[in-house]
Formats: sequence, C-alpha cells, structure tokens
Amino acid sequence: MSGLSRWVREHLVLMLGLLVLVYTFVPIFVVVGMSFNDPGGRNVYQFGSFTLDNWRDPCGPDDLCSSLLTSIQIGLLATLVATVLGTLAAFALVRHDFAGRSASNLLIFLPMAAPEIVLGSSLLALFVASGFAGQLGFWTILIAHVMFCLSFVVVTVRARLAGMDDDLEQAAMDLYATPGQTFWRVTFPLVLPGILGAALLSFSLSFDDFIITNLNSGNTTTFPMYVYGQERVGVPMQVNVVGTLMFVVSILLVLGSEVRNRRRAPA
Amino acid sequence: MSQLAEDVAARAASDPTYDGLRLSGLTKSFGGGFTAVDALDLDVPKGSFFALLGPSGCGKTTTLRMVAGLETPTSGSIVLGGNDITYAKPYRRPVNTVFQSYALFPHLDIFENVAFGLRRRKSAQVKEKVEQMLELVELTEQSRKKPAQLSGGQQQRVALARALINEPEVLLLDEPLGALDLKLRRAMQIEIKRIQTEVQQTFIHVTHDQEEAMTMADTVAVMNAGVIEQMGAPAELYENPRSTFVANFLGQSNLISGTVVSRAADVVTVEMHGIQVSVPTGRTHVDGDQGWVGIRPEKVLLGEPGEQLDAPGNTIPGGVITDVSFVGVSTQYLVRMPWGQELQIFEQNTGRRRMFASGEKVELSWRPEYAFLLDQSQDATAGAQRDGQ
Amino acid sequence: MSETVRRKGKVGYLLLAPAALWLVLFFVIPFYSLVATSLFDQGGSDFRGYQMTYAFGNYVDVVQEYAGPFGRSLLYGAIATAFCLVLGYVLAYAIAFKAGRWKNLMLVLVIAPFFTSFLVRTLSWKLILADDGFIVNTLQTLQVLGDDGRLLATPIAVVAGLTYNFLPFMVLPLYASIDKIDHRLIEASSDLYANPFVGFFKVTWPLSLPGVVSGTLLTFIPAVGDYINAQFLGSTNERVIGNVIQAQFTDANNYPVASALSVLLMVLILAMVLVYVRRAGTEDLL
Repeated sequence: MSGLSRWVREHLVLMLGLLVLVYTFVPIFVVVGMSFNDPGGRNVYQFGSFTLDNWRDPCGPDDLCSSLLTSIQIGLLATLVATVLGTLAAFALVRHDFAGRSASNLLIFLPMAAPEIVLGSSLLALFVASGFAGQLGFWTILIAHVMFCLSFVVVTVRARLAGMDDDLEQAAMDLYATPGQTFWRVTFPLVLPGILGAALLSFSLSFDDFIITNLNSGNTTTFPMYVYGQERVGVPMQVNVVGTLMFVVSILLVLGSEVRNRRRAPA
Repeated sequence: MSQLAEDVAARAASDPTYDGLRLSGLTKSFGGGFTAVDALDLDVPKGSFFALLGPSGCGKTTTLRMVAGLETPTSGSIVLGGNDITYAKPYRRPVNTVFQSYALFPHLDIFENVAFGLRRRKSAQVKEKVEQMLELVELTEQSRKKPAQLSGGQQQRVALARALINEPEVLLLDEPLGALDLKLRRAMQIEIKRIQTEVQQTFIHVTHDQEEAMTMADTVAVMNAGVIEQMGAPAELYENPRSTFVANFLGQSNLISGTVVSRAADVVTVEMHGIQVSVPTGRTHVDGDQGWVGIRPEKVLLGEPGEQLDAPGNTIPGGVITDVSFVGVSTQYLVRMPWGQELQIFEQNTGRRRMFASGEKVELSWRPEYAFLLDQSQDATAGAQRDGQ
Repeated sequence: MSETVRRKGKVGYLLLAPAALWLVLFFVIPFYSLVATSLFDQGGSDFRGYQMTYAFGNYVDVVQEYAGPFGRSLLYGAIATAFCLVLGYVLAYAIAFKAGRWKNLMLVLVIAPFFTSFLVRTLSWKLILADDGFIVNTLQTLQVLGDDGRLLATPIAVVAGLTYNFLPFMVLPLYASIDKIDHRLIEASSDLYANPFVGFFKVTWPLSLPGVVSGTLLTFIPAVGDYINAQFLGSTNERVIGNVIQAQFTDANNYPVASALSVLLMVLILAMVLVYVRRAGTEDLL
C-alpha cells in the first residue's frame, strides 16, 4: 500500500466528517455573502453586486429593527423567568423527595416531546376558549416562551446538579460551613455554569421560535415573524446583516468562555 | 500489648472525664432492616493513631460518618472529650474528615480550599496559617492552582491539609489512599504517619487494607458485620488472633481442625488428625473442646522426614509438596497433609536451606508458642482474601 | 462517593410549584382545551361561539381531507431523519474518535451555524437551490436534472432543508453516546478477528444505540411538526400538516378542524415514538 492511499484510508472518516461540517456552514456563507448584496433588480435570492449599504443602514426596512427589539425583549424576559423557575424545579427534583416526583418528571419531559405546532395550537385553543383571543400579543408570546423554555432549563440544570459530587457539600459542612454558607459557597458556584448554559439555551430558543409564536402573537411581530412575512414579497438584505451579526456575536461568546476556561485550567 | 489495650479501656470506662472519643452502643440501621453498625462500643484515646479495619460493607465507613456528623445514629452516643456530640451538626463539631474522593472544591484554588474551614470560623491570620500548612504538606508552589491541575498524590495532601489546618480534636481519614498507586501509597503512609507524630492529634483511619492499617496505626480495631471483632496493637492482632475472621483477614493462616484432649495451667494439648500438638493457654480462644489450630505460614518449618530441625516442637509427618512458588524474598510451598488438607508454608530465602521440589515428602514443625486455637463454630474461611484482592 | 440524600418535606413542593403551575396552566390545560375544541361543532365561529357537541366526526373529516399532508409530514420527516442519521453518525464518529485535540472546536462548529436564525438559514437554501444556481446548473450539465428540471419547490428541497435544519439534534446525542465507547473494545474486536466493518456493526453500532434512539427522536419529532421548510422551499404540492393546522387556525379560523388535526398529530407521534422505543429496547430513555 502506498503512503498516500494509507493516509487516505486512515483519515477517510475524518475527511467525511469535515465535509459534513462544511455542509452545515454553506448557508452561513450565503447569509454573510448576501449581507453585502445589492440585488439591483427584483430577485433578492440572487447576488447582484457588492455593497456596504446593508451594513450602513441595518434598520432601513420598516419594522425590521422594531421586530428585533421585540424578540430581544421577549427573549430576555422569558429567559429570566424560565431560568429562575426551572432552576428551582431542578433543585426540587434532584434534592427533595416528595409524592409525585415521577409525575413531575413526566410533566417536564412532555413539552419537549411535543411538536411545536401542537404546543402552539393548544395555547391558542385555551386563549380562544377563555376569551383572550383579542388580547394576543407580547404577553401571550412571553407566556408561551417561558412554557417551552422551562423544560430545557430544568433538564440542563438537573443534569449539572445530578452530576455534582455529594461529597463536596458534605466536605463543606465538615469544614464548619452552615447550610446557607454551603449553598452559596459551594453548591451555587458549582451549578452556576449549568444555569448560565440553560439561560443561553432559553434565549436562543425564544429568539428563534416561529411556529408557537406565530399562533399566539396577535399583532405583535417578532424577528422570525418579520422574516416570514417578508418572504413572499422578498426579504430585505438587512435580514442577512442581522443573521451575520447573530452568528458573529454567538461565536465570540462561545470562544470567549472557551478561552476563559482554558486560561483557568491550563492542563 | 493486649494488656495495654484492655488497660486503656478499663481506665476509660471508670473515668467520666475521658478526654478521648467514646462511642457507646452506637447503632445505625437503614431502611429494609439492614444494620450497618450494631451496638458498637469503642474508645479512641486522645492523640492516638487509630485504624478501623474491615472489608467493604463491614460498617466502618458508616461509623466514621456518624462521628463526622454526616449520618445520624439510630441509637447510642458519641462523646468527644466529655461533650456529647451524638446529634451535633457536622459544622458544629471539632471533627474533620479527609474524604475518600478528596472532595476538593473544584472552583476554588488550593489556597482557598485549605483556608475554607478557617474562613468559615472567622479565624485570624488565615494567610499565615495556610502558608504554614501548605509548607507542611509541601505544596507551597501549587497554592494558586486549581485541584484539577494537581496529581493524585498532591490532591490527597491538599485534602489532608484542608482538614488538619482546623486543628480538629479528631481527624477522620476515610480510605484516604485508596485512589493512589502502590508506590505513592507507600510514600503517603509514611508521610501521614510523620504528620501525625508532628501534630499529635487523634487520627481515625478507616481502611480495608490490612497492611496499611498495621503500618500506620498504633491501635487497630478489626470490624466485621457491624461489630468490632478484635482490637489491639498490630503485632498483637497478628500474632494472637481471637477469631478465624481476624486470623484470615490479617495476613494468612493455616487452620487445622482439632480436639482438646487435656488442659494444663499454661498449655493446652490438642489432637489434630491423630497428632498431638500443644498451644499456650493464653492463645486459646475456644468455648468447648472443638477448635481450629492456627499457625501462620511463615512460622512453619519444612524438613525431610526424620530431619532434626533447629526449632523442634509440634511435628507433623506425612506431608507431600504439591506446589512451589519462588517469590524472591521467600518461597511459598503448598503441602498436602495425610488428611487431605493443603497447608501453606512460607520459607525465607536465607540461602542456608535448600529448596524443596514438588512431589517431595516432608515433615512440618512449629514452635508451640506460635500456634493459636480458635473456636470451631467459626467459619474457617471467614475473612479470607478472595482472588484479586 | 455517597448516595444523593433527598430531603423530605414541604420545601420540595415549594421549589417545584412555580414551574409545575406554569406547565399545568400553559401546557396541560391548553392541551385539554385543544382536545375539547377538536370536539366542537364545526358550524361555530369566533363571533358566534362554539358548541360542544362531541363531534368525533371532526376526526373522520380531517383524516379524509388531510391524509395527504399527514402522509407527507411523516414521510419527509422520516427521510430527513434517515439522512440526518447517516450524516450525523459520520460527523459524530469523526469528532469522537478521530478529531483528537480538535474535539471541542469541532463540537462548537457543529452548533455554530445554528446560532443564526432558523428562518434566515432556511431562506439561504432558497438561494443555494435556486433554478439558475450553481447546484442546479451542475446537475443539469451532468444530465441528472433535465434542462428545465429544478430543485426548488420540489420534495427534494423540503427534505434537504429539514435534513439541514435538524442535523445538530442528531449529532449531539450521537456524539455523547459514541464518545463514551471504550476504544479498547474496538481494538479487542479486531484482535478477535473482526474486520473493521464487522467490528463496527458488532461493537460500535450496538453500543451507540442509545444515542441513535434519542437522536432520531429529537430529529423526527420537530421535523414532522415543522412547516417552514415546506413553506419556503416547497410548493403548494408539498404542503405538510403544519401548514394546514396553521392555516386553519389563522386564515380559515376553523378551530375545531385545526384542533382535531393537532391532536391527531400528537397522538400519531406519541404512538410512533412508543412503538419505536419499545422495539429499540431503550425504554429507560423516556
């Protein structure tokens, strides 16, 4: 066997894996590319010529930035509520024993197993049945978002808590820490990464949701709804600017935390 | 030596202001009727290095956790230096633990791990004390590292320092060396012993490793099925075990079935398979006449049939060597006796005696003062180490 | 390590109560409300109100009328899940066993594209698969597609979009499972005369089954319910059940029919999941 063919054989799986990875990035390249697109004519799904106009004036199109703001507001509020409630519930499920614990676990699991369209239509059915059909908007979206984020928060924090070595809290007690000190000096700092991860997940779930939101939004428009609405008439190129920015900001956040971890533990 | 242990116990019982740790009737039952610790009475003298030795599941760790306050006793009491701490919260008792998993706080650096207890109690001069302690365990240079960056042996020393710095009246060590490899374990055994001598605090060391217990502790309590089988100095336990469990769990023993035929003031004569041997009265621990004659493999001498051995005593003829294992410092023989039992004999390789070969006929002999007699109602294989342990 | 000590008492309830209450109010009761609505008289409307007539006939109606979109949803979802499994397995395997010190970076890269809005990403497939785009032109040159053949507005585009959008839901559980496999087991199998293929199917694949099961569920469920891909990348011929439910709710305002469709979808998915999980023998996942 020649050296080349052996090298290919040994790295075949890795090459294929990288190919799949490249595939997942193709749309991102398109989004970034299109953010510099001046379509000129009517077809906005084709590259016309290069321009920086979209970046100079991201809020140009009507309603784009206001929908973005709405999404961010709902995202932050939903994240806050879901993270607090979910974290409390995770502590209850891991650290406390009570009748109905397994039923509660099921209650947490089911929303994650239900398709979004079912979650969304259920809520709408309730709002209509209870006479809230006219009041759909910001607050009903928020209620819906907290609902579907909750389970993910519970699951994430629960995993972190369950993976924690019980000996650590016992060691703290053994070293003269009262229950309160044990919680704030040992338990909480150790669970915090899980809570932050859950919050990040919540925000991105909320920010990205369309199907549930669309059914319960009334006249309120979130960013995904804005994009959906513009799809038929031709999406403004500034949407790609927003898409690019979201990608860049998230990557920076992830890399930042990675670098911080590395610096803390240069193994 | 057994006299000493008994003296300590007697003195402790008569003295209400006993300054050591006293467990009285300590019992812990779990749900399902399982009793991990059963009416345990134990006195640990102040300043001693005490080992609680037993196989896993014998209740030693539960005992330790009750002393630490991490487990609530079902009944009984724990008194430390005259204070009843049976139900005191773990953070309110002057006891600290070195956990088996070390339980170092991963989010705090070494310095803060060691300082944790001092800070909770708002001690003065935290910095000086921690630096001093880190020096004692030779970790000064690692003080700003996180636990995950340290080797197993270093983590072990941090766990030790973190507990010791609080100057507890009792330091509990729960299988502290279990996660270390053999070489490191040896080094740490010596290290912990050195530190104990230096700080002069009471150490209670829980382990399933008999060698570790004997090397480190000045008093060893052998625990089995929730109760203490025997307690005393290591040599005393090894030389004069009172139960088959202790005889097998500490080192190895040959146990040969026998019947007491006569009792004199200082010696008991036992007949085993037609051969009479004598055992000193102080080394007999039988209720009736049926017993196990016990002899340690290294106390048995091997000779050719009729050979005059330099330490004659009890002589048993008719053995045939069935296996020879040369292990360097010694040679281990298996000898099949006329009654079918295979006995173990370790012979030191002094170079003065020749090695026997498999199939050779031999005679065994041992000095009567090395033998011991145990009650036949006990299981002859109790406490024997299984393969791979 | 000691066992987790679970405290008894009321504190547990207090901690759980807010979240449980939220889920009961906004998940359990709504679902009940959905079931109830699905049995309302179809003759009602927003303005006149609805009558509870236990109209089980609604279900017969929707099955007859919308069998097509239902079938398409399940079919597209299943095909996309299968594609995800193949692609995801290759990627997860490469990360777990071949990536070495690039493991973490590759994992980040798997998720990274999904930080961008779902809808924006799906729209960009519209451009990639466009009629005069690079891919269609290439396929036309290779005679795979006819001269006026297209990808956009075909089932292929919808499945491609679904596959792309739900790939990470497959990769992450697969990776978690494969990464746990002791590499020595695979060496042992090759020591015992298994060639790489036999070794894979006798050792790696069975050991990664938990990941396969949870990955396929996590991919299949949202893929069946999704209608964005069908909406953006398909034509009216590729309408899936999500389109229909959405339209019945927001455009036709026929709540009983929309609710019946929704309940039916949930029941179908639950039934399929239960059968699948039972056959895969990994019930403890639920």
